[in-house]
Amino acid sequence: MKWNLSNNQPIYLQIMEHLRMSIVSGEYPAGSRLPSVRDLAVEASVNPNTMQRALSQLENEGLIYSNRTSGRFVTEDETVIQNTRRDLASGQIRIFYDKMHDLGYSNPEIKELMRD
Amino acid sequence: MDFTENLFNNNLLECNKLTKIFGGTTALNDLSLTFERGRIIGLLGPNGSGKTTFIKLINGLLVPTRGSITINGYLPGVETKKVISYLPDKMILNNWMKVNDLVSFYKDFYEDFKEERAYDMLKDLDIAPNARLKSLSKGTKEKVQLIMVMSRDAELYCLDEPIGGVDPAARDYILNTIIQNYNHKSSILLSTHLIADVENILDDAIFLKYGTVTRYAPVDQIREESGMSLDELFREEFKC
Repeated sequence: MKWNLSNNQPIYLQIMEHLRMSIVSGEYPAGSRLPSVRDLAVEASVNPNTMQRALSQLENEGLIYSNRTSGRFVTEDETVIQNTRRDLASGQIRIFYDKMHDLGYSNPEIKELMRD
Repeated sequence: MDFTENLFNNNLLECNKLTKIFGGTTALNDLSLTFERGRIIGLLGPNGSGKTTFIKLINGLLVPTRGSITINGYLPGVETKKVISYLPDKMILNNWMKVNDLVSFYKDFYEDFKEERAYDMLKDLDIAPNARLKSLSKGTKEKVQLIMVMSRDAELYCLDEPIGGVDPAARDYILNTIIQNYNHKSSILLSTHLIADVENILDDAIFLKYGTVTRYAPVDQIREESGMSLDELFREEFKC
């Protein structure tokens, strides 16, 4: 997946979002080993400290875990991944609804449109 | 300063009320700040804000009018030149040399110069080692100069406008080189106007205005607090 970082949000948050997507989409499957901080930083053209920060946060969330000697891995717990997937989906739906509201549609109208 | 003291003094650079006055013009005014190790620091400010003056003071090319500056606890001099790799804002290469002469020259001059790294980068950027510097374009010469600077294992890299004159593809390569060379022991100070290009790789940003620091904070903190990118904030704060 290509790294598309926008300007107005803190970079580490965007990196976290991107990595969540990569994990949910199966680019980094459950239990697989992640590239090193430096490799990920180069790939995303971001500062290694920022990448480190994003990874630590994802670790706190339980989506990835680190093994002192052999690097960082995606969790083997499928429910954590499915929950993350659900959260990402809710986020997208919220964005969609906000845009539709901006266009002047009400919730029932949106559902109507979706059925067509 | 003895060795043990040095070991515990983790600040790579310290300035205390650093001031530089040229005739009647104050280029830097009462600058007090420190650099930690392992940071990539952007020195940002409009023309004439004191960026190059600051970098020259770090490198001992200028002497402070007042105040002090130390690197690893030393005043600028022989000891600090061993650990600082400096890219000036001007071309300093000898035109009669060939690229590989220059590599030998740097290798001879600096103990920490890594010849292999230099040749790898020259190859990546398609620059022939036996080309005469005279025959290279301005942008290519800038690349060569930067390669020499980045091929040292320095503790502080001072890059004055490293990406100003090169094409966007080479710019990406240079920024990636900076990320790849990054380590916890050394810091990189880079001055530039091209903020949008560098903001993703910076840890910290220093905003300089009329010789005074108006901001010195981690980039993500600045983004969080202002809700703007560094580039947008810069345009706003330095609006003409």
